[in-house]
Amino acid sequence: MSSGNMNLTLKIWRQKNASTAGKLITYQVADISPDMSFLEMIDVLNEQLIQKGEEPVAFDHDCREGICGMCSLYINGRPHGPKYGITTCQLHMRSFNHGDTIIIEPWRAKAFPVVKDLVVDRSAFDRIIAKGGFISVNTGSAKDANNIPIPKQNADEAFEAAACIGCGACVAACANGSAMLFVSAKVSQLTLLPQGKPERKERVLNMVGQMDAEGFGNCSNTGACEAECPKGISIENIARMNREFLVASLTKKEPKNSGGGAM
Amino acid sequence: MSVLDSKIPEGPLDQKWTTYRSTVPLVNPANKRNLEIVVVGSGLAGSSAAATLAEMGYKVKVFCFQDSPRRAHSIAAQGGVNAAKNYQNDGDSIFRLFYDTIKGGDYRAREANVHRLSEVSGNIIDQCVAQGVPLAREYGGLLSNRSFGGTQVQRTFYAAGQTGQQLLLGAYSALQRQIGLGNVQMFARHEMLELVTIDGVARGIIARNLITGELEKHFGHAVLLCTGGYGNVFFLSTNAMGSNVTAAWKANKKGAFFANPCYTQIHPTCIPVSGDHQSKLTLMSESLRNDGRIWVPKKKEDAEELRSGKKKPSDIAEDDRDYYLERRYPAFGNLVPRDVASRAAKERCDAGFGVNATGQAVFLDFQFNMKEKYGRAEATKKGISNPTDAQLKALGKDVVKEKYGNLFDMYKQITGVDPYEEPMQIYPAVHYTMGGLWVDYNLMTTIPGLYALGEANFSDHGANRLGASALMQGLADGYFVIPYTIGAYLSTEVSRMSAEKGKSDSIDKLKTQHPAFDAALQNTQAQIHKLLSIKGTKSVDYFHKKLGKVMWDKCGMARNAEGLKVAIKEIQAIRDEFWKEVRVTGEANELNLELEKAGRVADFLELGELMCMDALQRNESCGGHFREEYQTEEGEAQRDDAHFSFVAAWENKGNGQFELHKENLEFKAIKVAQRSYK
Ligand code: FES
Repeated sequence: MSSGNMNLTLKIWRQKNASTAGKLITYQVADISPDMSFLEMIDVLNEQLIQKGEEPVAFDHDCREGICGMCSLYINGRPHGPKYGITTCQLHMRSFNHGDTIIIEPWRAKAFPVVKDLVVDRSAFDRIIAKGGFISVNTGSAKDANNIPIPKQNADEAFEAAACIGCGACVAACANGSAMLFVSAKVSQLTLLPQGKPERKERVLNMVGQMDAEGFGNCSNTGACEAECPKGISIENIARMNREFLVASLTKKEPKNSGGGAM
Repeated sequence: MSVLDSKIPEGPLDQKWTTYRSTVPLVNPANKRNLEIVVVGSGLAGSSAAATLAEMGYKVKVFCFQDSPRRAHSIAAQGGVNAAKNYQNDGDSIFRLFYDTIKGGDYRAREANVHRLSEVSGNIIDQCVAQGVPLAREYGGLLSNRSFGGTQVQRTFYAAGQTGQQLLLGAYSALQRQIGLGNVQMFARHEMLELVTIDGVARGIIARNLITGELEKHFGHAVLLCTGGYGNVFFLSTNAMGSNVTAAWKANKKGAFFANPCYTQIHPTCIPVSGDHQSKLTLMSESLRNDGRIWVPKKKEDAEELRSGKKKPSDIAEDDRDYYLERRYPAFGNLVPRDVASRAAKERCDAGFGVNATGQAVFLDFQFNMKEKYGRAEATKKGISNPTDAQLKALGKDVVKEKYGNLFDMYKQITGVDPYEEPMQIYPAVHYTMGGLWVDYNLMTTIPGLYALGEANFSDHGANRLGASALMQGLADGYFVIPYTIGAYLSTEVSRMSAEKGKSDSIDKLKTQHPAFDAALQNTQAQIHKLLSIKGTKSVDYFHKKLGKVMWDKCGMARNAEGLKVAIKEIQAIRDEFWKEVRVTGEANELNLELEKAGRVADFLELGELMCMDALQRNESCGGHFREEYQTEEGEAQRDDAHFSFVAAWENKGNGQFELHKENLEFKAIKVAQRSYK
């Protein structure tokens, strides 16, 4: 089953580095098996390019099992391709047909500049987390875990928000390049848990402040982010964050700019 | 006497760590600010260590090759994390976790380290919950547990099938907090390519900025390698594509001994290989063995017809199914340890009972428990007195979905088969490496100032790791061990620094200006230049795949002396060919994924040979190391405690020469016995 029966035309964004312009280049691949993953199909193309002495297509990937959040392709106009609820690395070629033309581009967003070909810089996400996506508890100071009973429903809801893999598909899907789904998932997770309550106001203000500073756009409630999220993160998180933000802004005493409650 | 000093504290086993902690030298806060620590790798071990050391006041730099520390491969761990909390009141204790781990490791781990691991296991859960890690809970609001292989208690904490993700994001959040506070400097998309030593002491690293290609010099009073395992030497494994041995291997070349390289863990439940295009293998969590029953047909004809597609699994009558783990190991059944389950699957497939087109797969079947265990319980709850088969299935399916839904979806996505309807097909695959850099009780390697944490070291899992123990070890090392043990060394650094204070050419004044940094940088540059200038005809992957096949065939689930000798020759030949024929496209001064891969494969080509040498010298079977010549009549692994109760630590002498050093293992708290799961 190593070789299959699909021949495809690929139009792939090639860009040497951040400071040069890029363009779509057309390639052909043959004998693609439906059992291959999408990234394995690009592996085949790259092997072909190397044989010809050309530079392979650069793209981000690591775990190839849908959990690290590193893969990030914009396929036929959709982040992570045509199927719902999965990442690019989980997309398999059985979702395509012989003779298809597939357009492959990087995430497009002001806050995610292209590094090379299909690779983009998502470090803005890390900087947002560094502003408040945590609970300030130093190692060794924790009490016995079962001292804090948490209703199963809250724990489950927090878990659902925490399932975000930080891939950035929400930003890529959004016409405004908004990061509201990503930020609200973390805010929600920590707000839903009793451990996260003490810092909830500072957290939401600091994280939203950093999000704006990074150049992410505004949320206009179109829901594209939720639809394209490979982990099904709910748009309800955005509503929750908006409430948190409102309460925090109305009741804040004086601006805080620290990385959040050092102990 | 051995050159290896494990520095195990005196005193009774259960007092060692307590006594150590209260007597280890401390570093005062003012001095901590002058001490710089380099942490390589941002997985569970790296992130937890970096965050904790920064909280304590040290100046920390963290390096990872991914675009964010949150992507380290710990993220992919599915099943859970063990801790001796005894929340289930089922007789668990620190001693029992310690005992299970030593026994599970087939009596090839160091008692003192494993006992310490058990002692701190409970703190890990406390710490993670305090951080907001949403572990699974019961309706009463307390934490939930599940069972894992090789144990008879429920001590595994979990977050659906994404425990690694949740624990890593917890450690990552602690790390990001320290970054935000300015206590940690983060270097993402940076790869360590060389260790810098001065007079035999670790003083820093050379790292390549993967975006610009620039080689950077970074100084540290201590260097922590938290770089994971080397399973990708097999090309196909459950590891992430970028997981590699380079940091540990460069350290080995600089004097850090590499211990037990032949101990690799083959995980029994992975999705089978589907073709030559395969780039990696996907694990199906061990937790599935709680409810999935493993079987192959009893009759060869049935197996043949399954392979050719003439029969479906449901066509095989109950009486014609061989639940071979339940048959061979009635006490543990489907929950035997990983090495035992993997070998049993191979044995059945080699005997001709494999169930997929390649003959390399067995069934993992949920129908029985879905209907009889969960379906019936639900029916009783709902007061349905005579449930039909369809009702049982529908009721049970909801429970199974809640427990394993994401894994079932993942399976369907990859194979196109719905596991609620048909059994999964599984086969063993390389998953974890128990071997790694040799470390003493302090987690220090044989190079002063160089530490190895988590999967990168060898110390806790012996010859076989139990499920849900990797997360435990990574976090134990990072949160609760290194913050104490590093003080023993750094306090001596403080004295050295004050003694050398007036010297104009002291290490602390020169830092990266020291000539050793330039020499190391030039070495690295030379290797990069060489790789790019070969301009051969074959891709890096070509060599990696070739190496992987040799390793899997001859140093995989079963090994023998003859095969290993052949493998060594073959690997040498592949390595020679690599350095003549590899084609690395692109330039040095840009993002160049082929160049990154080439450097990693070059190191795997050396490590692979050492793994075979190690497997060849170990004339016994233990845990994941199964030498066909050494087995009992029932085909179980046969240890030779009289001759092989030691850790094999390999010193790299250069030019492919290695010297074996032995650390004898003594068991005082545990009676060494033949491992039995019957
Ligand atoms: S490569 Fe990790 S999520 Fe796709």
